[in-house]
Amino acid sequence: MLEITNLQATVADKPILKGLSLTINPGEIHAIMGPNGAGKSTLGYTLGGRPGYEVTGGSATFNDQDLFELEPHERAAAGLFLGFQYPVEIPGVSFVQFLREAANAQRKGRGEEPLSGGEFLKLAREKAGLLRMDMDMLKRPVNVGFSGGEKKRAEMVQMGILDPKLAILDETDSGLDIDALRVCGEGINAIMRKSDKAVLLITHYQRLLDYVKPDFVHVLAAGRIVKSGGPELALRLEEEGYEAVVQETAA
Amino acid sequence: MNVELTLPSRKDEDFRYSDIEALSTVWPIVTEEIEVAAGAEGTLEIVETGAGAVARHVAITLGKGAKFDLRVLTAGPIYGRIAVDVKLGEGADFTLGAAQLATGSETLEVVTQVTHAGLNATSAQIIRTVLAGASVGTYLGRIAVERGADGTDAEQSVRAMLLERTATANARPELEIYADDVKAAHGCAVGELDAQGLFYLMSRGLTPPQAKRLMLQAFIAEAFTGAPGEEALSEAALARLEAIL
Repeated sequence: MLEITNLQATVADKPILKGLSLTINPGEIHAIMGPNGAGKSTLGYTLGGRPGYEVTGGSATFNDQDLFELEPHERAAAGLFLGFQYPVEIPGVSFVQFLREAANAQRKGRGEEPLSGGEFLKLAREKAGLLRMDMDMLKRPVNVGFSGGEKKRAEMVQMGILDPKLAILDETDSGLDIDALRVCGEGINAIMRKSDKAVLLITHYQRLLDYVKPDFVHVLAAGRIVKSGGPELALRLEEEGYEAVVQETAA
Repeated sequence: MNVELTLPSRKDEDFRYSDIEALSTVWPIVTEEIEVAAGAEGTLEIVETGAGAVARHVAITLGKGAKFDLRVLTAGPIYGRIAVDVKLGEGADFTLGAAQLATGSETLEVVTQVTHAGLNATSAQIIRTVLAGASVGTYLGRIAVERGADGTDAEQSVRAMLLERTATANARPELEIYADDVKAAHGCAVGELDAQGLFYLMSRGLTPPQAKRLMLQAFIAEAFTGAPGEEALSEAALARLEAIL
């Protein structure tokens, strides 16, 4: 589904990703862990196409398409979803209005019929319920006045509505209390754990992985993946720390 | 009816950013007088969406406890000038919500003179300007609080959004206060659309023009919030917005 080969990227002319390779197949859940500054968020933003994140080498192929040839909205229409670590507040624009336009823009991009107002509200209500979010919150301006946990749950509701093929979730677990963490984890499973979908979880901590069991865990350090393994690698990292595991690899 | 006779020049402070040549085609401006009696309420919508030059001058006098709600949408004229003079009596309340949308070489301006002449009157002005191309958008807003007009509450919120660096926004809020216990809040900002917000919307599948339109719609809507004709005003603004983007 996604094949990243020797990816190099800079932010403000500073090299952050230095030859990152990763293959994600349908049905798989991958976790990328790593210390602060390793390039985790840069990976997410680069794949999402955020301005300022410049690809200087390597490639990423997403379902046979060159990902870097696509604009951010085309990546979304192709089935990529980026869950933000810090979801942006947009005063005056309601979630419902924005998500319906977004869903229909994506459908149009794929040559599908747009959703009617009624169809959309039904879908939104279902996904909000999955994340135990009050539908009234989706009538409010995008993320404005939402707590950290509410913003993350709203991200997952968006993911449910937009129904992507691949979700890249950047620290979805940060800012969540224990209950919200479980709700989000269950939401990710319900929406994305399917044989034709895949997830890339970017996280610092093992705790989200208790709910969303990864098939593969990768350690990102200094812009490259330095170690890959199964779920047991995340447990080891939690126990021994990044430094020990990263150094062992270097040796 | 008052008519200003001599064509002003740019040396005249109130016409400093005007398109004098276009102004000359609609000169002189006939003042539209509105008087609202004590305790009465009035509303007015000024919607100028034609392409030709337009210049209007409205003078409103509000009696004791009178209320007036004025909404302005200028979106289309090559030159559009909306000048508003308001005189507030004791306890009167004035609301102005104005949106200006321009592109190309259009020049739009809202010029206000709000005079608090009595005790405890309130005025609120919200001006939202969206400028593309090489257009010019101006707000000149003078608030005068006369001697004895204690307890005045006068608010100005002025924001302009430049869609291109070739556009120009001018904003000059002014306060003249000769009374005590006066609240006069004013905010003034000229900026560009928030790049983070745009990326967020696009990452969800909105095309760049859709994302911009959505954010600008919200920006303009602030000028029409609570207006009797809120929906129609917003729709008329949206139509122009689509054309500008």
